Order: sequence, then C-alpha cells, then structure tokens
Amino acid sequence: MLLRIEPRPEVSRPFTCATPAIAMLLTVASGWLLFLALGLAPGETLYQFLVSPLLTLNGLAELGVKAAPLVLIGVGLAIGFRANVWNIGAEGQLTIGAIAAGWVALAFWGQEGLWILPAMCVAGMLGGLAYAAIPAFLKTRFDVNEILTSLMLTYVANLVLSVLVFGPWKDPDGFNFPQTKLFSESAILPILVEGTRLHLGALVALGVAVAAWLLLSRTVVGFQIEVVGQAPAAARFAGFSGKRTVWLTMLLGGALAGLAGTFEAAGPIGQLIPKLTPGYGFTAIIVAFLGRLHPLGIVVAALVMALSYIGGENAQVTASLPQAATGVFQGMLLFYLLASDFLVRYRVRLLAAERKLVTAS
Amino acid sequence: MIDTFVLVIATVVAAATPLLLAATGELVVERAGVLNLGVEGMMLIGAVTGFAVTIASGHASLGIPAAALAGAATALVFAVLTLTLMANQVATGLALTIFGIGLSALMGASYVGTPVAPLPKLHLPGLSDLAVVGPLLFGHDALVYLSVALTIAVAWFLKHSHAGLVLRAVGESAESAHSIGHPVIAVRYLACLFGGAMAGLGGAFLSLSYTPMWMEGMTAGRGWIALALVVFGAWRPWRVLAGAYLFGGVTILELHVQGANGIGLPPQVFSMAPYLATVAVLTVISAGKWRGRLNAPASLGKPFRPSV
Repeated sequence: MLLRIEPRPEVSRPFTCATPAIAMLLTVASGWLLFLALGLAPGETLYQFLVSPLLTLNGLAELGVKAAPLVLIGVGLAIGFRANVWNIGAEGQLTIGAIAAGWVALAFWGQEGLWILPAMCVAGMLGGLAYAAIPAFLKTRFDVNEILTSLMLTYVANLVLSVLVFGPWKDPDGFNFPQTKLFSESAILPILVEGTRLHLGALVALGVAVAAWLLLSRTVVGFQIEVVGQAPAAARFAGFSGKRTVWLTMLLGGALAGLAGTFEAAGPIGQLIPKLTPGYGFTAIIVAFLGRLHPLGIVVAALVMALSYIGGENAQVTASLPQAATGVFQGMLLFYLLASDFLVRYRVRLLAAERKLVTAS
Repeated sequence: MIDTFVLVIATVVAAATPLLLAATGELVVERAGVLNLGVEGMMLIGAVTGFAVTIASGHASLGIPAAALAGAATALVFAVLTLTLMANQVATGLALTIFGIGLSALMGASYVGTPVAPLPKLHLPGLSDLAVVGPLLFGHDALVYLSVALTIAVAWFLKHSHAGLVLRAVGESAESAHSIGHPVIAVRYLACLFGGAMAGLGGAFLSLSYTPMWMEGMTAGRGWIALALVVFGAWRPWRVLAGAYLFGGVTILELHVQGANGIGLPPQVFSMAPYLATVAVLTVISAGKWRGRLNAPASLGKPFRPSV
C-alpha cells in the first residue's frame, strides 16, 4: 500500500481552522513529555500552566493585559506577512514607541489634563512608525532585506532605552535603580475592572483587530495587500505598487507596535524600565501565524499565548520551572502549526486502493 | 606596542570565529537554495550543549562534537518542516530561533555561573614561539583553526568538487537539477544539517572559548549578523571570511574605544556599533556599484517539491 501526496487544488478551509487546535494538542502532549523529562509531575504542572490562570478574576484580567499588546502587534505584523513583508523588529518599534510616549509623560509630569494620554498614544505611534520607516526606506530605496535590518534595529532600540533609564531619565529619588519616575495619574491608562490591572488598552486592541478585519476584507487597500503578497506579477499588471505596500504595511505595523509599547508603559508598568516586555514583539510573530494572519483569529491566538505567559509565571512559582519554558512552548506551538499546515495544502491518498478500483473497472 | 597589537589581533580573531563558523554553514545552506533564519537558535543550542557535555565529561574534545551534533539535530527539525512538509522557510526559521532561545535557557538554567576552563591554545613547538608571527598565527585554540580550515574546505568543495557543483545547481534551479536526476531534497537536507553543525560549533566557541561560560541568550544577535555576513560576502566563502574578520574588528574596536572613552558617552552607545554596522554594510552592499555583483542563489527560499 503506497501513500501518495498531492497538492490540493484549493486550500482546505476545514483544515485551515483545525490546524491551530491540532497544533495546540500536540504542544500539550509534548509539554507532558518535557515535564516528565524535567522530573516534574506532568498533570499538575500542565494544570498550573493552562487551567489555573482561568479560575480567578485576576487571572482572567491578566489574560487581557497580556493579550492586548500581542493583538496590537500581531495584527500589524499579519498585514505585513500577508504582503510578504517580513518586519520582525516589532520589539524595537514597541520600545521606541514606549520611549516617545514616556517622553511626553515625563515632560508633562505632575500636570493634569485629559489630553495627556491621547498625546502619549500619538507620540508612541509616531515613534514606532518612524522606527519602522528605517527598514521600509532601506527596503524600498536600496532593496535591503527588511528581516535583518528590522531585527538589528531592535538591539539598537533596547540600547537606546538603556541609555535613557540608566542616564538622563533616571529617577533622582529612585535609589539609583535604572528606571524613570512613576508616571503621574493623568499619564496612566484607566482600569476597566476594579482591583485588577486590566486597562483601557485591551478594549482599544480589540477595536484595532475589528478595524483591521474590515480593512483587509472590505477595502481596495486590503485587496492590494493580498495580491501583492500572493501574486506579485499580477499585482504589477494591475498597477498595484509593491513599494507602496512595503511602506504601508511597515508603517502600520510600526505604529501598532508603538501603541502597544505606549500601553505597556502607561498601563501595567507605569514608568520606563530597561526591560519593558517579556518579548511580546517576537511572540506576536507566533500569534500572527497561529491566528492564520486573520485579525479575529489573532485575538484568539493572543489569548492562548497570554495564557502561556501567565501559566509560565505560575509554574515558575509553584514548580520552580524556569521562565524560558514559556519560550519552548511557544516555539513548539509554531513548529506544530507549520507542520500541520501541510494538511491544508496537500492531501494524502492511499495509492493501492486506487489501483484496485482501476482493475475492478 | 607590538605586544598590544598582537593582543588586539588575537581578540579580533576570537570575535570573528563564531561569526565565521555560523556564516560559512549558512552559506552552504543558502547555496543549496534554502534560507534558514534559525542560526541564532542553533548557535544557542550548540553553545549550551557544548558547555554541558564539557562540564559533565570534563573533556572539551567531547563537548565540541556534541555541540555540532546538537546544532545539526536542531537543523533537522527545520529541514523536516520546510523540505518535507513544505512549511514557509521564513516562519520556520523564526520559530527555530524562538524555540532555540527558550530550550537553551531551559537546558542551561543549572549551568549559569558555572566556570569552565577555556579551550587550550594549541602550542606548536618552534612556530608558536616565533616573535610576533608566533602568537599572531600559531597561538589560538583548535576551533579557530577549524573555522579557517572549514572555510577553505567549503570554498574548495563549492568550486572544485562534483558534489559542490550539484549543490550549486540545486540552489540555482531546483527544477533543472531535479530533471537531470539530482536528488534535490536529499542535497538540501545535507546542506541544512551541515549549516546546523557549523552554527553549533560557533555557539560552542562562544561558551567554551570566547566567554567562557554559559549565559541565557549569550549569542546576542551573532546568528543574525552571520546571516547578514552571507549577504555581505555575496555567497562566496572568501568574502564571508573577510567579512567575519571585519566584524570581529568592529566588535573589538568598539570595546577599545569604550575603554579609552574620553568624551563621556554612555557605554551602550558603543554597544550599538555591530548592529548599526550590519545595517550600514547591508545597505552599501545592496545599493551602489556592488549591486550587480551580488549573486544570490536563484532558488533561494523557494520551496521545491518533486512532481513525480
């Protein structure tokens, strides 16, 4: 009996939706084995990882806190990935966005006014946008690979932040810790659920996802992005500019990452510190793929990844599991997803069965 | 004066070696038409494996091959996903890096702060004792010589061997290579494994010779710089060698300028140098008069599935 693998004439829709679930199941199974290998009780650890965060109000609120930046960045990246624009420097754009927003917060420190938060958001988005403009410019003008430049600039962004919080922006009353002053009240995002850290940014992220969905499915711009990504030659015939698409998707992704940075600084952190995120900019790449590059799918995927962060923190406390375990889970999830995507584009057939049919007829 | 010069050159060589190993490996992968962005992850897995095996066995001579094997094993995951299961190479490479960063940190958690004896410098009787030339050329550890030897071997392999010709054919046009009977997928698998082993060796050099110790994320972007070096070197081994040493020089220059810093700039500003240099070099290479001489393999990053 022979197996024959053949490309499907069209991608399988049922499998497109089923593969994230398959990938998650395989990841949990691998996690079981990993925990066994590390000498931990697998059932108990997985429970800590996946279930316990969902049982308390605070856990659910934290899910929103951590999913918000992932949604914002993931949506931005997904729009780029659809057009074959590989911005993987969202972490750096997030950092520069947070710096810009932090600059506004510190410049007007102690002042009151409803305009401060919106001004921070604008500054943050402009910061991220400007930082993404560098690889976009190099890509469109000199054809420099955006993957490498955007990533290199991430290291630079982190060093810029480090210069500021260790130097001129350091809180003079902060016992010499590398951090800025705590932002004043009017530069902090309002809390949605009293007693938790769930902030307004989570709602904004949801709104952005819906807006992105409309952009992609209902507008000509969305159509252009799709065509440029899937059929560059056809796009040229249709007069859709590849360069414009690079600019558009990079700047959009940068602005959204900058907004995510603003929300981190003005939300759960409330100041600038050397390490703003546990790598949201990179995790958002996984989120984008897990969500099938679809804005609404990305919301679901971001919640799953947020769960892995909180679960990782819980397991760190209860099972003294290193924080790095989260990264292993996230990497495995993406592997399994990419592997099971094979089923979306190919089908496996039993060759022997077919031959019998031929003989019978 | 001469002593300082010799010392500086020795540090340049040390800074260049991990880049050279990883970049030469990736060069072979890309010449076969595959783009593996997971170099950073493979280097980290190699670094932690080489370190752990050396500590456990007491022999770096076991740790180094273990690092190469671990790098190759990591690359195998990439190869299965992209070559057999036809997954997107960019996405899979990124996944490999995220996975490698996490797994290496998990594996290395208990080794943080553990000291290890750095790789011994090879002492060649007579040669190593020569003034200036001795320490300059004959005062390094085995991995340094291995990196140069492997680069020469790769250069010869690609240019003069039949297998190298097949590999290049596979990278330039997978369809044509397939139609005249070359095993495209098998060649690409082997190239990926070689690239992984080389990245693993690069990582082992960091944890066993350069630092020498294990730290989470200790490659600090070197895997990405290695990827940039392949572009910089226009997919040619000798140019990659020159590029690696040039970047080693930039890294060391940064340290020295930082040390003699009279203008009071924060140290982080100097740490930006290698990353900014990478961006600048990529720009110069991709633009300007060098442009026409770039010879990226024509099938680079394009998936291939034999039709029969």
